[in-house]
Amino acid sequence: MNIQIATLLGQDGLTNGAIYALLALSILLVFTVTRILLIPLGEFVTFGALTMAAMQMGKAPNIEWLLLGLVLIDCALDLYQYLKHRAEPKKLKVIALKLSYVVIMIGLLNQLPLSEIPMALQVVLTLCLIVPIGPIMYRLFFQPLAEAPALVLLIVSIALHVAMVGIGLLLFGPEGARTEPFSDSNFRLGSVMLKSQTLWVILVSIFLIVTLFIAFERTLYGKALRATAVNRMGARLQGISPVFAGKATFALAAFIGSASGILIAPITTLYYDSGFIISLKGFVGAIIGGLVSYPIAAIGAVAVGMIEAFSMFWASNYKEIIVFTLIIPFLIWRSMNSHSVEDEE
Amino acid sequence: MTQSTEKNLLDVRDLHVAYGKVEALTGIDLTLKEGKLVTVIGPNGAGKTTLLSAIMGILPSKGTIHFNGKDFISPNVETLVGHGLGLVPEKRELFATMSVQDNLLLGAFQRYRRGDKSYDQTLGEIYKLFPRLEERRQQQAGTLSGGERQMLAIGRAMMSKPKLLMLDEPSLGLAPLITREIFRIFADLRSQGVSILLVEQNARAALKVADYAYVLEGGQVAMQGPAAELANDPKVIEAYLGLASKHQELLSS
Repeated sequence: MNIQIATLLGQDGLTNGAIYALLALSILLVFTVTRILLIPLGEFVTFGALTMAAMQMGKAPNIEWLLLGLVLIDCALDLYQYLKHRAEPKKLKVIALKLSYVVIMIGLLNQLPLSEIPMALQVVLTLCLIVPIGPIMYRLFFQPLAEAPALVLLIVSIALHVAMVGIGLLLFGPEGARTEPFSDSNFRLGSVMLKSQTLWVILVSIFLIVTLFIAFERTLYGKALRATAVNRMGARLQGISPVFAGKATFALAAFIGSASGILIAPITTLYYDSGFIISLKGFVGAIIGGLVSYPIAAIGAVAVGMIEAFSMFWASNYKEIIVFTLIIPFLIWRSMNSHSVEDEE
Repeated sequence: MTQSTEKNLLDVRDLHVAYGKVEALTGIDLTLKEGKLVTVIGPNGAGKTTLLSAIMGILPSKGTIHFNGKDFISPNVETLVGHGLGLVPEKRELFATMSVQDNLLLGAFQRYRRGDKSYDQTLGEIYKLFPRLEERRQQQAGTLSGGERQMLAIGRAMMSKPKLLMLDEPSLGLAPLITREIFRIFADLRSQGVSILLVEQNARAALKVADYAYVLEGGQVAMQGPAAELANDPKVIEAYLGLASKHQELLSS
């Protein structure tokens, strides 16, 4: 191995590591606030990438129908509750807003020349399509179970993952897709060529991580989500509804997931089922952080990316095994260091 | 003032709560007029905490809860907080790993959400009421002493400027001197026009600060009346106050 290969691998590792760090942070966020281990996070990654790819091929992405279906079910439930409890008329306005949002989105997707519009607009459209799926998913599948034990939530989460992989196949087909890079220029750093997309991934990831940090440390909404993670009953007594917290974290996770997908789509070919393995590596990072510490999880996730890249060079066949074996020493170390963790109930 | 004392802020009618098949509360009627301090006393297991939890919507209940001009039937917690009800629970439920100041600010979450930006002013008032909290505002809530935690819990509930503040055993586990300070604060709050529903084991001290009192026994209201009268009622003295508990009087002086 010479210095050139090392920098190339390092560059690869860092890019992947940055994505894993983002995913690790959202897994952690969702877990601490709602106690749900968000296995379907990877599907948001692939949905983001494949939606973007469909747009660049000039097709209206089929995910619009998924969004339409979910919103219709959601609105039907809203309407049922409205009729049952005679809630405020504000509810009806919300239903109308949701429906018109979907109709406008579908209208836009079918009217705009999707492959010709600027890439920034494609990114925005993709995010607008996928992010709302997050909170609706929370509402439909997890809100009724909010008080259930963590194991039940995990099982539902796995079921949702399997269902979403199937839906992914249905919506996007079995072909893999790659999108165009955000910008074409390459530049040299010493003797190494750097792809500009690498820089995009790293910069956007750092930007998102810093923004998240500021949002959670400085704004009252961020603090409210943290408070829900610390003490649910305490948070409810301040009027911070766990439903609000759950939907907000799911929206954030959907945003981070699909943004990660959009970022890596120009670098790797993604298939409808590639999301799982990507989010699993983020999960390894989150485990290294003990599912509590954000900074350690982020560092762990970057380390996972690095180890993955270098093991690709030395033992390419064992790449995945090496990465996932990494979890074992950490689990042992964690279990030796944690004093009997009390059950939550 | 005379006008506001006429209005019923809280009116609980025929409230039933059951844990499975066991009825913990059977048909409680309770009224609280605006600006008053009402106390609920009674022995262990009488259903005092259950009563507060049911009014707050933490426990499902049967019966109507009329609060601030609206009827609620087994409402949920967040709705009631939004309508101006505040509870300091027995377990305090602080955000242990967050700073004292963040705990207080989160108390104003509903106001912040509604776009009411005057909560900084309330924060100042609370720091004035509890100077200890201001000294420790950067400290994590979990590192506070018992008395400071109770102050923080009360301060946090007051950040939402509740129309009615409900307190569950605020003196539990506190040293007599701190209990005295906490009771002095209730008297202060009351004179500022905050309505308070106080659940206490410390019957003598509670009767001393309250306007009106309910005695709860076995999930039912056994006695009620103006606090001063109940404090002199031979039955109450025998059952809850006794001669041995004379020292409690000192706590509220």
